[in-house]
Amino acid sequence: MEEGKVISQSLQESAAAYSIIHEKFGSAISALDANETMPFFEVIDTSQWTEIALFMRDHPKLKFNYMACLTGVDYPAEEKLGIICNFESLALFNHKLAVKVKCVRDGGSIPSVACVWHTANWHEREAYDMFGMTFTGHPELRRILCPDDWEGYPLRKDYKVQDQYHGIKVPY
Amino acid sequence: MQELDTAGLGSVRVTRQSDTVVILEKDLATEQMVLAMGPQHPSTHGVLKLECLTDGEVITQAEPYLGYLHRCFEKCCENVDYPAVVPYTDRLDYLAGMNSEFAYAITVEKLLDIEIPRRVEFIRVIVAELNRIASHLVAIGTYGIDLGAFTPFLFCFRDREIILGLLEWASGARMLYNYIWVGGLAYDVPADFLKRVKEFVNYFRPKTVELCELLTKNEIFVKRTLGIGIMPADVAINYGWSGPMLRGSGVKWDLRRNDPYSIYPELDFKVPVPDGKDSVIGDCLSRHLVRAWEMDESLKIIEQCIDKIPSAEGFNPRSAIPKRIRPKAGEVYGRAENPRGELGFYIESDGKSTKPVRCKARSSCFVNLSAMKDLSKGQLIPDLVAIIGSIDIVLGEVDR
Repeated sequence: MEEGKVISQSLQESAAAYSIIHEKFGSAISALDANETMPFFEVIDTSQWTEIALFMRDHPKLKFNYMACLTGVDYPAEEKLGIICNFESLALFNHKLAVKVKCVRDGGSIPSVACVWHTANWHEREAYDMFGMTFTGHPELRRILCPDDWEGYPLRKDYKVQDQYHGIKVPY
Repeated sequence: MQELDTAGLGSVRVTRQSDTVVILEKDLATEQMVLAMGPQHPSTHGVLKLECLTDGEVITQAEPYLGYLHRCFEKCCENVDYPAVVPYTDRLDYLAGMNSEFAYAITVEKLLDIEIPRRVEFIRVIVAELNRIASHLVAIGTYGIDLGAFTPFLFCFRDREIILGLLEWASGARMLYNYIWVGGLAYDVPADFLKRVKEFVNYFRPKTVELCELLTKNEIFVKRTLGIGIMPADVAINYGWSGPMLRGSGVKWDLRRNDPYSIYPELDFKVPVPDGKDSVIGDCLSRHLVRAWEMDESLKIIEQCIDKIPSAEGFNPRSAIPKRIRPKAGEVYGRAENPRGELGFYIESDGKSTKPVRCKARSSCFVNLSAMKDLSKGQLIPDLVAIIGSIDIVLGEVDR
């Protein structure tokens, strides 16, 4: 962070919350990107993601009980896919944090947190549907918005739409 | 009591009426039946398929199948400039277009870091609250229809028509407005608009009482909704519920209060939550009541805005709109309180392009609907209709 910059109250609280997580998991997570619009950190050791999630939800000083959003993202330059989760502690604390988890582009997988927050269930299905990463431990990982026999993953940057779907011309 | 020959019937459950014994149930072999509700079913409020596993009248499992209206809103966003996304947001929740535009506009403005003229903020709040009332009128009216009450629907649509007329006057369209732009508005409101809005507020206030007497206190309606589909507060939070659904479970959480945006901190309004006197907290009736109460609060907000709004003198609704919208590199998650809950946008900008790298819409109905499986377990088929109606889904937003 730049010196002399005024830090908002909510960002300070988010940074405090981050330090509790960092204390426990150390090098498994990256440093906090303390920007004003969306403070976030990245999970480096993805195998610990479910544990981190449980810790974030249940620690008495964190209580991230509300997953606002889970976004799938494609990073073609890094050859990676990822998810971004926005958490907050509804009605308990003011801190907000976003968490990024990345995996390799081809056949990558991320541990599922559907057992931690129910919200993640459908959102992970949507991320799988649109980007094609799998979520290990998800109760029923199948497509949600596209038909089951759709080819390809539409939100990948290099997606090419299929010509025919059951004899119907697809590109218009 | 006469002896009943039950040979060949298996065990029976009987009752006695005066002297004769009546067979209520014979122990016939039962089996689970798959019952598909939808995709074309009036009570699903759009194209949603519910595949129900039923044991007699009881639903053992209901699995929602969605995507019939999917048009990949997010891919469209990646291919157009920031201002051109606004018309697409209208088509998310087409019953509350103004609110969707509002949510998108404030999200991009967070990245842009620009000052919005105060009059713009007031007009935005007025049209958004008008749209909220219109949307709740549809929710309440169609909920009545779901449960067999036809008249309230007509009353609701009569009043909604006035709001749509007002919004059409301001923006030129009845439902898909493209009115709230990033950094400003398409136009200032017409002369006399605020006067007409005030007239509407005065006209509509007694109508909410009338609607309440017609539907909310209707015994048949209450019997169909009271104690049905109860969702405890902690589970609701874990499911990510928001808006009237969450408040129906007794959680006092409203983004206009708890994560304030625009001019909401200056305005005086209550966040209504059920107190457990008229309804069981977390049931279908609570969710309905919250919507009904919210209309009154919206009227309050509109009245205050009309009193406080700065004059139109020298006002240009497009003065703060940048010539070229190219936000600094970064990510933002912005959200607003929509009639159906939290509509959030995650936007990633690379700082070079005039198009978003990634634009994700976090749809409130999508998240609220995901609890359907839990809510419907063990319910009767007619109650399933009551539950879907109380979630108040708009499939345009669920499928995006």
